[in-house]
Amino acid sequence: MTAVAATGLTPKRSLWRRSRNARTAYLFLLPAILVMMIITFYPLVFQLWMSFTDYGLKNLRATAPAPPYVGLNNYIRILNNDIVIPNFDFMRILVFNLFWAFSNVIIHLVLGVSIAMLLNTQGLWLKRFYRAIYILPVVIPPIIVATVWRNMFDAQYGAVNLLLQATVGVLLKIPPSGMQIDWLNYPFPIVSIGAFVLPLAYFGLLTANVWLGWPLNSVVATGALQSIPKELYEAAEMDGAGAWARFRNVTLTYLRPAMLPYAIYGFVVTFNLFYLSYFMTSGGPFGQTELLVTTAFRLVNDQHLYGVAAAFAVFQFFILLVITLVTNKLAKATAQFDA
Amino acid sequence: MTSEATTAKIAVIPATVVRTRPRNRLTLRRQLLLQALCIAVAATVLFPVLWIFSMSIDPRNISRPTDLTLIPPGASLAAYAQVMAQPTPNPVTFPQLALNSLFLAVVIGALSVGLGILAAYAFSRLRFTGREVWMIAVLAVLMLPAVATIAPLFVFLNRVQFGTFNLRDSLLGVALAVTAGQLPFAIWNLKGYIDTIPRDLEEAAAVDGASQWRIFWNVILPLSTPVIAVTAFFGFVAGWTEFYFSWTFLQDPSSFTLSMALNGMTGQYSGNTPWSQFAAFAILVALPVSVVYLALQRYIVSGLAIGGVKG
Repeated sequence: MTAVAATGLTPKRSLWRRSRNARTAYLFLLPAILVMMIITFYPLVFQLWMSFTDYGLKNLRATAPAPPYVGLNNYIRILNNDIVIPNFDFMRILVFNLFWAFSNVIIHLVLGVSIAMLLNTQGLWLKRFYRAIYILPVVIPPIIVATVWRNMFDAQYGAVNLLLQATVGVLLKIPPSGMQIDWLNYPFPIVSIGAFVLPLAYFGLLTANVWLGWPLNSVVATGALQSIPKELYEAAEMDGAGAWARFRNVTLTYLRPAMLPYAIYGFVVTFNLFYLSYFMTSGGPFGQTELLVTTAFRLVNDQHLYGVAAAFAVFQFFILLVITLVTNKLAKATAQFDA
Repeated sequence: MTSEATTAKIAVIPATVVRTRPRNRLTLRRQLLLQALCIAVAATVLFPVLWIFSMSIDPRNISRPTDLTLIPPGASLAAYAQVMAQPTPNPVTFPQLALNSLFLAVVIGALSVGLGILAAYAFSRLRFTGREVWMIAVLAVLMLPAVATIAPLFVFLNRVQFGTFNLRDSLLGVALAVTAGQLPFAIWNLKGYIDTIPRDLEEAAAVDGASQWRIFWNVILPLSTPVIAVTAFFGFVAGWTEFYFSWTFLQDPSSFTLSMALNGMTGQYSGNTPWSQFAAFAILVALPVSVVYLALQRYIVSGLAIGGVKG
């Protein structure tokens, strides 16, 4: 023993002892991992396999024959728009989906942070009352939000048109039945550059989603704002910093670490936001507001093309993976200060 | 100390410390301006809510709204009565639908918190091989839309059968599927919060000889109530408003849920929608969630806010 100790080597703890920490950890993790493995990971792998086959209704039952292997055929069909869904155009859907997610997240962030700052002003009355009201959109079930907003954007008697009539219409002296903008069904796109197609319905969806989205952003921002020490503002003011400089150097630096992960999460959620597109516009005038998720849903429920739907889901996953990695890199590259 | 001494002490306080107007008090004009802004924002938030409420008490059952009044002429609660009796063509009563939705909501809320907090504690506090890998795996699932797993889950759950019980065609199957989707967000949220709990308490407990489990149960768990409330709330809402899986998996009308019935009412062709009934139904569906939110409001806001600081 002394010889061993003299050379500076200590006896190694056995593998069993060393792994005790890992064992406890895995015990804690086990239930969650088990559920996720069975319900999420396994179907993912299964899905990968499915995407290479021509899986249809006939293969559903446990006793049914195995589906035929078709290799990359499903993927090629998707890219060539060879699917029996009206108005299916993969590039257009993808570009719209990306634009939809980006524009929404930016607007939600700006609005959420602004209103959080508004509510955070010192000495403002009735703060709690406003906070309680502002969280309402979150508790209303999404399908109700979608159908109510669809009702509000109705061409003839929707609330939006009526409100516009009462304000802008009166100002511009438009006759009472003049303001009948068919927000959700106007078939000609506003913007149409190659694969980038923006219908009027997009603005309807945008309004509804902004109404739904900024409250949560503002709650997270409030938490971040309240953690900023007041002394920093006073110090900045004494150094002669104006309001904008104070905002940029103090507020933004503290907001960034809180809002950035939340913005990325918000991006993913908006990218996959099924309800509004499906229930408000049903994919929009001629499929112009279809998202990847709604198309996948139609593939499964209407067409029963499980193989193609699986290939679709694989595409979706990789697209989101790339986006998340890119935004992560961007976030790290621009971060100067991590609180 | 005698009173003369204290008053003498107080009198010595220099006048410069006492301000005539505190720095952080707003002028009345600015206050009113900000109040107007807040009220404007509140109006935009409340308008759709009030709109649908007015639709629900409107007896005319119009397919299209005709004007901007809040309380329509002849307002009545008839639509609510109709909806409670039989909301859909299926022979299912409202209480039955509500019970199914409640089952989903409670199970999903409880499971996502129960499983999630165990995993979040492990990720947050324990060091073990493969920790990074598992964290990335969990986050990767976060990026998946629930829709992406419908096809394989349909097939997979279909194969679990005991006699006439098919796991796919059951509320339990739906609950499992939704919980798996909720878990990544739950773990992320819970971990973020547990990260902010100072380790001194745990170290003190460890020094006193507490095992890992006791530290978890007696120290971490009580301190995490705000974030547990938030996660349970989100799980509850997810279960209450669940649509994709129940619509695709369930076939027996007696296990249908509220959101399925709601969807059945609107369909793709809005011309046939009985708007008053739909509106009444919508309000009834939104009510329990609002009640739960109001009850847990303090915890939810603080849980979200604190978690938000560390992202």
